[in-house]
Amino acid sequence: MQLDNATLHAAIERRFPGAILDHGEPYGMLTLETTREHLPEMLRFVKEDPEIQANFLTSLCGMHYPEQKGKELGLVYHLHSFVHNLRFRIKAFFPIDDPHAPSMTALWPTANWMERQEYDFFGIIFDGHPDLRRILNVDDLDVFPMRKEYKLEDGTRTDKDDRFFGRDGHEGRSFD
Amino acid sequence: MQVQSYFSSLDNLDGELATLNLGPTHPATHGIFQNVLKMDGEKIHSAEPTIGYIHRAFEKLAEHRPYNQVTPITDRLNYCSSPINNMGWHMTVEKLIGCELPKRAQYMRVIVMELARIADHLVCNAVIGVDTGALTGFTYMFQERERIYEMFEEVCGSRLTTNIGRIGGMERDFTPVFHAKLKDFLKTFPARFEEFNDLLERNRIFMDRCIGAGPIAGARALEYGFTGPNLRAAGVDYDVRVMTPYSSYEDFDFIIPVGTQGDTYDRFMVRQEEIRQSLRIIHQAYDNLPAGDYHADVPEFYLPDKPDVYTKMEALIYHFKVVMGETPVPVGEVYHAVEGGNGELGFYLVSDGGRQPFRLHFRRPCFIYYQAYPEMIKGSMLSDAILTMSSMNVIAGELDA
Repeated sequence: MQLDNATLHAAIERRFPGAILDHGEPYGMLTLETTREHLPEMLRFVKEDPEIQANFLTSLCGMHYPEQKGKELGLVYHLHSFVHNLRFRIKAFFPIDDPHAPSMTALWPTANWMERQEYDFFGIIFDGHPDLRRILNVDDLDVFPMRKEYKLEDGTRTDKDDRFFGRDGHEGRSFD
Repeated sequence: MQVQSYFSSLDNLDGELATLNLGPTHPATHGIFQNVLKMDGEKIHSAEPTIGYIHRAFEKLAEHRPYNQVTPITDRLNYCSSPINNMGWHMTVEKLIGCELPKRAQYMRVIVMELARIADHLVCNAVIGVDTGALTGFTYMFQERERIYEMFEEVCGSRLTTNIGRIGGMERDFTPVFHAKLKDFLKTFPARFEEFNDLLERNRIFMDRCIGAGPIAGARALEYGFTGPNLRAAGVDYDVRVMTPYSSYEDFDFIIPVGTQGDTYDRFMVRQEEIRQSLRIIHQAYDNLPAGDYHADVPEFYLPDKPDVYTKMEALIYHFKVVMGETPVPVGEVYHAVEGGNGELGFYLVSDGGRQPFRLHFRRPCFIYYQAYPEMIKGSMLSDAILTMSSMNVIAGELDA
């Protein structure tokens, strides 16, 4: 069977009814949003299901949307089924006050450093990770620098604010 | 398996375990990363890598730079093959804004990218030679790499951190000097490369050092997220250029070399053959270089000609808008991957319509496969560990981002 976005979406929906909160195909890549509670079983399913065989974890990255109340932090898994040459991504969001997510190190050893990196950047705590500590930044750093509240350089600089260039809706997205 | 049983009982230990710091700065690691090794005599009992010594917060930086200013950041990922990183980034943005390049621009990019791949593999394989004690081939191949850098200089003005190409195409057409240098390179490089190959490929000392050093099985390599030559050396024929062709790679005829053992020798041989295949691709692209423009017609993103900026109002406006990042970009998310020197180099770009990326995540092949290093060197000699590291081609810039 040739797997495409629609059949893959249907297969996951069939296996986990109601667990897909949102779906879309931006630029042709199937994107599904689920909850962190469903994440481990869903990823195990797409990896081990003989029809899907998405056994390659391409990448894993954290997200921070400060405006999304209750779903500020998120994780994006890019998966690749070599057999069907199909890529897709699965997302899950959770509150920043409770930055816990399940670790996928048992499923993919490669998730080990990827999760350490996202812990380092966003402070996402991966439950079940064998060795969760900072990887790129120094151990005694007391912030999670990829969160949006941390400015890159001088946070007081306003000369290149978007509002001065005839655009709105992006206040605070300045050059810094 | 043999390795496992060696340490299954501490009775096999000759004496006490010694702790050895390999790095952070050590001439043999070719970069800044530390490995704390527990040594049993000359055998490695366990290794604990520490990375991040040249972490420069690229993902954070990218959120504060307009799209065209992100390109120089990508230079500094795998700095042995910067043009591939640059092109990968350009293609990501082009995918987001829906920009289709003329065939000529795509073929020009392929030529530049394959030259970069040759340069990358040359350094890696020459250094494998150095670490086995063969310095001569290294000096030969660095002269060839120099000629590739001279070609980059002709295209973009710089050599190592190239910032080559632009969003929407190339910055200029190939110059007559570039054509001359490329023709000369294509004519003379193969013989010199084969001379280098003959120095090492069937060299008894080289083979004894490399065969069986730092092996990994194909299935294990996949679990660890290996891509590129390291995965292909383990026998898995995954190549982004073939699986998800970009920049017209589907037009070219080339093979994906694979190894069987996933050891240092196989990694060396895979890279050697990939250099030959890259040459084939360059020949095909150069001989069939289509006529046409070297950039797409996207004035909102591609800088106008400088003389026009001084004389034409429209060009001046576009110049201002490009430089100030004043062009609206679509809201959306896009993942684009290219076959970098070390494997699948991916860009996950999330745009909220602002002038900078809302989020840009780099899938850096080095970072992902380097975590398998302790497992690959466990139970081996220290000298094999050095060789394994150089054959994995761990580039600190890409490792630490």
